[in-house]
Amino acid sequence: MKSTRQIYSLSRSARSYIFGSQHLAPLLCRSYAAAAPATTPKKKSVDKKPAESDSFAFNLFRGKVALSQVLPYPVKLEGEMQEHVQMIVQPAEKFFSEINDAMANDANEAVSPESIEHLKNLGAFGMLVPEEYEGAGLGNLGYARMSQIIGENDLGLGIFVGAHQSIGYKGILLYGTKEQKEKYLPDVATGRKYAAFCLTEPSSGSDASSIRCRAVPAADGTHWVLNGSKIWISNGGIAEVMTVFAQTPVKDPATGQTKDKITAFVVERGFGGVRNGPPEKKMGIKASNTAEVFFEDCKIPNENVLGEVGQGFKVAMNILNNGRFGMATTLAGTMKHCIGKAVDHATNRTQFGSKIHTYGAIQEKLARMCMLQYVTETMGYLLAANMDRGVLDYQVEAAISKIFASEAAWNVTDDAIQILGGMGYMKECGLERVMRDLRIFRIFEGTNDILRLFVALTGMQFAGGHLRELQKALQNPASNFGLLLGETAKRAGKYVGLASVDGTLSANVHPNLAKPAQLASMSIQAFGYSVEEMLVRHGKNIVDQQFLLWRVADAAIDIYGMVATIARASRSLDANSSSAVMEENIVKLWCNIASERVQRNLNVLKSAKDAENFSIMSQISQEVCELKGIPASRNPLGF
Amino acid sequence: MALRVLIGCKRVIDYAVRVRVKPDKTGVVTDGVKHSMNPFDEIAVEEAVRMREKKIASEVIAISCGPAQSQETIRTALAMGADKGIHVEIPNADMSVFQPIHVAKILAAVAKKEKIDLIIVGKQAIDDDANQTAQMTAALLDWPQATFASKIEKAGDDLAVTREIDGGLEDVKVKIPAVISADLRLNEPRYATLPNIMKAKKKPVQKLSPKDLGVDISSRIKVISVEDPPTRQAGIKVDDVDSLVAKLKEKALI
Repeated sequence: MKSTRQIYSLSRSARSYIFGSQHLAPLLCRSYAAAAPATTPKKKSVDKKPAESDSFAFNLFRGKVALSQVLPYPVKLEGEMQEHVQMIVQPAEKFFSEINDAMANDANEAVSPESIEHLKNLGAFGMLVPEEYEGAGLGNLGYARMSQIIGENDLGLGIFVGAHQSIGYKGILLYGTKEQKEKYLPDVATGRKYAAFCLTEPSSGSDASSIRCRAVPAADGTHWVLNGSKIWISNGGIAEVMTVFAQTPVKDPATGQTKDKITAFVVERGFGGVRNGPPEKKMGIKASNTAEVFFEDCKIPNENVLGEVGQGFKVAMNILNNGRFGMATTLAGTMKHCIGKAVDHATNRTQFGSKIHTYGAIQEKLARMCMLQYVTETMGYLLAANMDRGVLDYQVEAAISKIFASEAAWNVTDDAIQILGGMGYMKECGLERVMRDLRIFRIFEGTNDILRLFVALTGMQFAGGHLRELQKALQNPASNFGLLLGETAKRAGKYVGLASVDGTLSANVHPNLAKPAQLASMSIQAFGYSVEEMLVRHGKNIVDQQFLLWRVADAAIDIYGMVATIARASRSLDANSSSAVMEENIVKLWCNIASERVQRNLNVLKSAKDAENFSIMSQISQEVCELKGIPASRNPLGF
Repeated sequence: MALRVLIGCKRVIDYAVRVRVKPDKTGVVTDGVKHSMNPFDEIAVEEAVRMREKKIASEVIAISCGPAQSQETIRTALAMGADKGIHVEIPNADMSVFQPIHVAKILAAVAKKEKIDLIIVGKQAIDDDANQTAQMTAALLDWPQATFASKIEKAGDDLAVTREIDGGLEDVKVKIPAVISADLRLNEPRYATLPNIMKAKKKPVQKLSPKDLGVDISSRIKVISVEDPPTRQAGIKVDDVDSLVAKLKEKALI
């Protein structure tokens, strides 16, 4: 063990890395974490108690099994809300099967006017907006259900309505004053006006805090003047109401110095000085409009500041966090669609005298597809349910769900195309469109790469705080006897191995899932131990260990998937539901595969061979970058 | 003369679902299967709502006989524009032997109780394809019937109905009160819109039991077995027209 001093310095540096914005850092992570509503420490007080959280993902980093947000699986709609959602689901499904034509929307690079009219009538532009503001008042679970239907049918249309409400005007819902809500929500909730979320700039992608758009107060103090440009803005060419992020001069009351900090504004196209570029040509989601937006001396009234001046970064990150569950449920729908297509083909296509679904090569694919769909769906609805019941520290779970969903959907669609063979490659089949549409989900609203680092560093930052507490106790053993006793017991268990695996999970799930539960518990314990070891070994340098952080994040994703699906299947088994047997099988398969992968990823953290690999990879990458690609001379023929 | 219209709305397995027979062959699997309103009944609801919009009808009442979930079907009718709902609750256990004769008796009883002038139902339900309810209801009430309607218009105090019959259309005139069954081409049902769904939530739904209406729903029939349709036999290929004709003759098909 290293000294307490080193642990301190780790925590402090990790914190300034994650929460601070004073230094240039190669990652956005520091800033993403600032969105953590329940765990964000306001001041860097060393004496402060470490943050407590009921989040499963946070506690996972301490090797602790915190089940209250996961078990029993809390996804359910009751009474009037259930009836309400069901009432909207039916016409929505009918709309997609009878009116909307996803292929035509893709070809025309726009959602048809007829579809838009129906979407308005369905309340699809204001699903989360309360009824008093002319919205559908669905809640997050209702939104999740609707987004799944959209994902099953038309992802391009999904981005059109999603960019509008999941991020476009979400800021007004979350941070708007009563006046702002009254002024804007009815128009956007009904689709009379469209909304857009304007954060990304030519020089600022993942590193969102580096934006250059700037708003300054006018001399007479009545309004702000905004200048700058935003790129790749969904609905950028059609939005009337935009949530725009810009640097603003903010005076630090303590030092009296003025520094630029980000502020969020609600900008109307009608304010003047707002222009947009032509629609971008994209790989997929063509039905949604994507355009550059320019602001030139755009005058924004003071009352259109969203949230507080200088708090824009938090606003932006919370909006993104808040919308991620919808990506998971949308893609769960997409995967359902792909599985339906693949099954249809596999059960009808005869080759070598048998239907192809009787062959192992196809069976393995179909089983994996069902498994990935189940895990994604489970995560998405779990997140929505927790948000509905007021959980605030869900940012790690949200990032995990987004990463998992977007990669699972890619693999499932790819396998569906493989099962359909040549048929799947044809445009007419529709899967090529899904594949093109899907690709963006691993990129936008926080790339999966950045989100992985976010998951690992946010979790470790949390664990680091608790570790420091333990270090303090070691300095003064007498007065902290209780704490030490507990920790010693916990640690002893880890070293001994399986003997003391936390039994709370196994004890609380259906007996049929005892084995998956044990695998999950073992993974959690091994994970907590690995994190601790990493923190001690790498100290403050942990933030630069991207090769390792990636593995930590992958392990966290797998473990969260295990526990979430165990909880869901356990509920189905208890209720003896008609899908229980299939769910049980899926969970067994998933936990076998995931726990093994967790083990492998954790082994990588301390393996010399892997360290060597990472070093080689660094070298190769550096070399190819210096050579500006692969030189012609490296051809086997030498020219 | 503005009519009080009663609409039968049956909850059926959704048309897009592939129906599966239960392993014990007592019926089809309904657990966890998507249900929706019988499409022909949707047409009936649409017609009634249009009649109210044209002031031909004064009130549209949607009725459904079935388990608790039938309330959802009634809500759909209310969202389409019906004014109130009546749910006659039939326990799930009784559903497999619940027959058109029972529905007809319930409709007749409600028609009298609610002083109904016109009953519109779908010509048949897509689950059992019985095509009996309208006819039997008319008989029980001793009202005129106009089945398979593809057009309904007001003609003085009567209704002029165009019926789809084998080989063409038949125009009939019925006196009110009457029973009409809706055919496919009567209209295209509207989509429920959000504002109407919101309104539907506030509309009243009355819950009754067959007993309240004095209807005995004890079974007159017994289901012996439900079977999947036989799978189609593979065909054969013939080389030319002569062998085709020979084969057809051989099988006595020509």
